[in-house]
Amino acid sequence: MATPQVDAAYEQKNVHEVYQQIAQHFSATRYKPWPIVERFLQDLAPGSVGLDVGCGNGKNLMVNRDVFIVASDRSENLARIALQHQPHSTVVADILDLPHRGASFDFAISIAVVHHLSTPARRIQAVAEMLRTIKPGSEMHEGGKILIYAWALEQKNSRRGWDKGDEQDRMVPWVRKGDQPQTFHRYYHLYEEGELERDIDNAGGRVLEAGYEKDNWWAIATPKTADV
Amino acid sequence: MKVITANFVTCAVKECKTSPESYPLHFHDAELEQQEQEFQPEFIRNIVPRIDWDALRTTSNELGFPSLPESKPEGEALDDEQILKDLHRLLLETQVSEGKLVCGNCGHEYMIKEGIANFLLPSHLV
Repeated sequence: MATPQVDAAYEQKNVHEVYQQIAQHFSATRYKPWPIVERFLQDLAPGSVGLDVGCGNGKNLMVNRDVFIVASDRSENLARIALQHQPHSTVVADILDLPHRGASFDFAISIAVVHHLSTPARRIQAVAEMLRTIKPGSEMHEGGKILIYAWALEQKNSRRGWDKGDEQDRMVPWVRKGDQPQTFHRYYHLYEEGELERDIDNAGGRVLEAGYEKDNWWAIATPKTADV
Repeated sequence: MKVITANFVTCAVKECKTSPESYPLHFHDAELEQQEQEFQPEFIRNIVPRIDWDALRTTSNELGFPSLPESKPEGEALDDEQILKDLHRLLLETQVSEGKLVCGNCGHEYMIKEGIANFLLPSHLV
């Protein structure tokens, strides 16, 4: 039976160290926010304050000039690239131990991040940790919202070609281009239809909207409140 | 790391997040630098209501700046360009390039290197 320390060490080797190595090239291939992410961020009220958990190179930080985002990434090399996007802030942090107070943010996004956690318990814990930071709704106010994206198992038209029934836990190669191309392998858990919504429910969230975009499952959720 | 960031972070240790002692984190050995940013009065006007003013006063005091007014600027004060400019300078342009952030509850120190604070916990604190 794996322990949290073993799981963390596995992710350290098969996710975090790889991103440190491929940060520059990875960033150069990621420049455009996905449409649902763009819409979610554009719909926020001016003055909203939120989080981008696993911000990568920070490509989603410039969508809405009227909000303030504290971005974080597990990879210092990626966080350093994201730092250039003013007026936002970037720190190095882990999605399972976010350095933020509870119930204090209007929104949080986590795009293509939770699929790197290697057990169901850790994936649920990651969602719960994001929900913890969000202002819950009340009779007077709508609660804050989170947007989560995770890679889908059902992507038979992509170049990977995986589909329903295939193995969900995989090592996926990344070929770093250059004079001497080098291949790295990252761990992924591919989400099956409905799985992200189930995880959110188990983490104490209420799903407001969910769907499929560009080989990913996505969901928008808010913290459950006692009266719901 | 911008001064505004300190207003929106706390200790990453689970038990500390509910302790009033852990917020705001305290800067130690902070090396300051000014980095010019585009002044956007509307952004400052929008963000000020979201600032925890007591925490900002503590932070600003610890970094050795003159005391901020006791109460947060609101209403007409937010139309005063000089007030907005001063806040812009403090919140966004004042950066801590090297130093530590220290939790007042557990004493854990988070290092700031080349402007980035690192909140990853050693395994015994996870």
